[in-house]
Amino acid sequence: MSDQITFTIDGVEVKGKPGQTILEAADAAGIYIPRLCFMKDLIPHGSCRVCTVFINGRPQAACTQPITEGAIVENDTAELKEHRKNIIDMLFVEGNHFCMFCEKSGNCELQAMAYRLGISAPKYPYLFPKRDVDATHPDILIDRNRCILCGRCVEASRDVDKKTIFEFVGRGADKKVAVNANADLKDTDFKATDKAADVCPVGCIIKKRVGFAIPVGQRKYDTKPIGSDIEAGKK
Amino acid sequence: MSVNLTSAIKEICKFCGNDRTRMMDIVRAVQQQFGQVSDEAMNYIAKCVNCHRVEVESVVSFYVFLSKKQKGGVVIRLCNDVVDKMSGSEVVAEAFEKELGIKFGQTTPDGKITLEYAPCIGMCDQSPAALFNDEIITYLSTDKVKEVVADIKKHYDPSKLKHRLGDGHNADELVHSCVHNNIRNKGRVIFAEFKPEAGLKNALAMSSVEVINEVKNARLRGRGGAGFPTGMKWQFTRGAAGEKKYIICNADEGEPGTFKDRVLLTERADMLFEGMTIGGYAIGADEGILYLRGEYAYLRKFLEKVLADRRSRNLLGKDILGKKGFNFDVRIQMGAGAYICGEETSLISSCEGLRGDPKTRPPFPAQKGYLGKPTSVNNVETLCCVPRVLEMGAAWFVEVGSAGSPSTKLLSVSGDCKQPGVYEIPFGVKVSELLKMVGAEDAQALLIGGPSGQIVGSADFQRTICYDDLATGGAVVVFGPERDMVAVAADYMEFFVEESCGYCTPCRAGNVLLKKYLDKILTGCGEPEDLDILQKLGESVKITSRCGLGQTSPNPVLTTLKNFRKSYETKVKKTTNGMQPTFDIRKAVKGAETIAKRDSVIFVK
Repeated sequence: MSDQITFTIDGVEVKGKPGQTILEAADAAGIYIPRLCFMKDLIPHGSCRVCTVFINGRPQAACTQPITEGAIVENDTAELKEHRKNIIDMLFVEGNHFCMFCEKSGNCELQAMAYRLGISAPKYPYLFPKRDVDATHPDILIDRNRCILCGRCVEASRDVDKKTIFEFVGRGADKKVAVNANADLKDTDFKATDKAADVCPVGCIIKKRVGFAIPVGQRKYDTKPIGSDIEAGKK
Repeated sequence: MSVNLTSAIKEICKFCGNDRTRMMDIVRAVQQQFGQVSDEAMNYIAKCVNCHRVEVESVVSFYVFLSKKQKGGVVIRLCNDVVDKMSGSEVVAEAFEKELGIKFGQTTPDGKITLEYAPCIGMCDQSPAALFNDEIITYLSTDKVKEVVADIKKHYDPSKLKHRLGDGHNADELVHSCVHNNIRNKGRVIFAEFKPEAGLKNALAMSSVEVINEVKNARLRGRGGAGFPTGMKWQFTRGAAGEKKYIICNADEGEPGTFKDRVLLTERADMLFEGMTIGGYAIGADEGILYLRGEYAYLRKFLEKVLADRRSRNLLGKDILGKKGFNFDVRIQMGAGAYICGEETSLISSCEGLRGDPKTRPPFPAQKGYLGKPTSVNNVETLCCVPRVLEMGAAWFVEVGSAGSPSTKLLSVSGDCKQPGVYEIPFGVKVSELLKMVGAEDAQALLIGGPSGQIVGSADFQRTICYDDLATGGAVVVFGPERDMVAVAADYMEFFVEESCGYCTPCRAGNVLLKKYLDKILTGCGEPEDLDILQKLGESVKITSRCGLGQTSPNPVLTTLKNFRKSYETKVKKTTNGMQPTFDIRKAVKGAETIAKRDSVIFVK
């Protein structure tokens, strides 16, 4: 087996290693494929579907699909941008996201993705679901209004922290992240130093008392769009 | 914690080897015994099988037959499928509420009976129908509801309900059910006379590779809907690395309008297990699992008996029929009410004692399936075809059918037709011929392949039913001229909203939105632009969803938009003043007015 696989993304030749996913190989080549649930060092969850690309004409999630020799990948197309915008709109209306007073604003990957894709307000009607807030833990707040069910906290707690503090319960629109206790986060052995406390892409799992340490306007995505770091590595 | 609960759970878990992969059996047993899987129970189960409590809750909260909340000893689940509604389930629902004195979702004050709705329970040909725990009562009417409620209140034991018995094995003492087979048309493969075990004997006289080749030559394709070539699936599974392999029969037919597997499980159980045994021999598996949908629990004892008989006849077990080294057995895994578990990777998750989330592919089940081992998942009907292929040969099998789709197909036909039931027809039959056969020549529309298939109108009635034209897993629902196809689409979207596992964004949120737009249109608030939004939203859900459920769930919308466009267009209207007609302030303040007992003053320009 060759130790190098060559394929194309939007006509640009990309070289990757066997076992890499489309997304990993694209990142290494400095080509940004929009994504939300994916996080380096966690098992790709493949749930947000933002990284959907066409591989030889078939839609697949770039974060879970391995690269193959000669594959023709379409990423930055008008059609895919439209689908991605629709997914982001869905995420905004299925939860309760109020960027203007969310302490994650500027560091939020959902917000940043919306701006990168040119969304200023979602086009679908808001669903205004009833979601719980859990403020029982001394150092951590869970505000499920902002959860996008990406699975990062579930995986980080299970696979990295080896604690399984979080798991999904319910199904369909009622699916949510639950904690490993009869009721509250305070009844678990969750620590602010856990990996799972640092992975939330939105303002759902946040650390108390540090929310405004960096002022709005000077935050990660306030100056450069999401994905810029990857594009900076373009060869 | 009550001693009773802990000792019972301890025993249940022990019986399941304290094995967390048997979680489905554990939580089902706890639910059955206590009418709930409480917080206490979850904590104790987690302790017994050495997992986290939240992992138990993750499973319990996924399946509708399981619940954290206390339910009555008798749970009545009335099917609210589209076809049941067409045959009057709404009146029946009112009758249940009246007779029990409770609303749907409630339990009687004495805690004995819970009333709920269930999506398609596989009885569309004898609807309206309901489950009383595991028992099924069909052809419900207001009078029958009165009778059956009075009856159940005498003993609160569904197995003692008085009803006449159905035909065939439905009358077997282990089934003891009022369900009818309604076999309307017998074809040459499934319902014809055949020599039991002849196929198995022939197979065992061949090598595994020869068996696979025979199935390949028969061009047998999956009968569940996806149509993947069975021989190829077996070849991949056989060729995958690893000693231990599994064959799983997918008996979780949940597509609204399908019930043919119910009839096969009742009347062709031996044929099915023969097919599984041949499959086991072909791929090199010594274990098979029959994943039986929770709604068909009434067949379980009977199927266990068929398996026991086969063991005693050496058709299962060690050195089957004297073939040295060929060992194979089958266990039954019960589902617990989740349509998604008909998706093969979800089904595997469920067998492993997890919530029924689909798995990430690749790897495919043939490489890494049940417990990480190479696994072939095959539909009931597919496996029933196998003994016939081996008995009569591939050449015989392909004699009928169309060029691209050889042999026969079972169709579950229901809705506005005179003869609902199961039809075994050769592939390639024209829709118009089928409509004539089932007594529905005035049909306006036909749902073919279940809601995840297509809704077609008369323009398509000259098309043929086969893999290359109108593909189907078997569900065919007929809609008469008076049905509103937009309302039908909305009802089917309701089903997908209920049944989405919620893993991926487009299926979890997109289906909810599709339903919302349809409701908006049905209440007269739709605008012409909404049709465009529906189309684009539907396409996004189709293209970007993670598994087959989401990739097909927008079909009721997309195919009616295409084939019944007029029905939509007459419902949406352009406003003359350029204002959206979506907000009715009088309606919005009505609730508050009732509480305040005074009218609001609304200023109108």
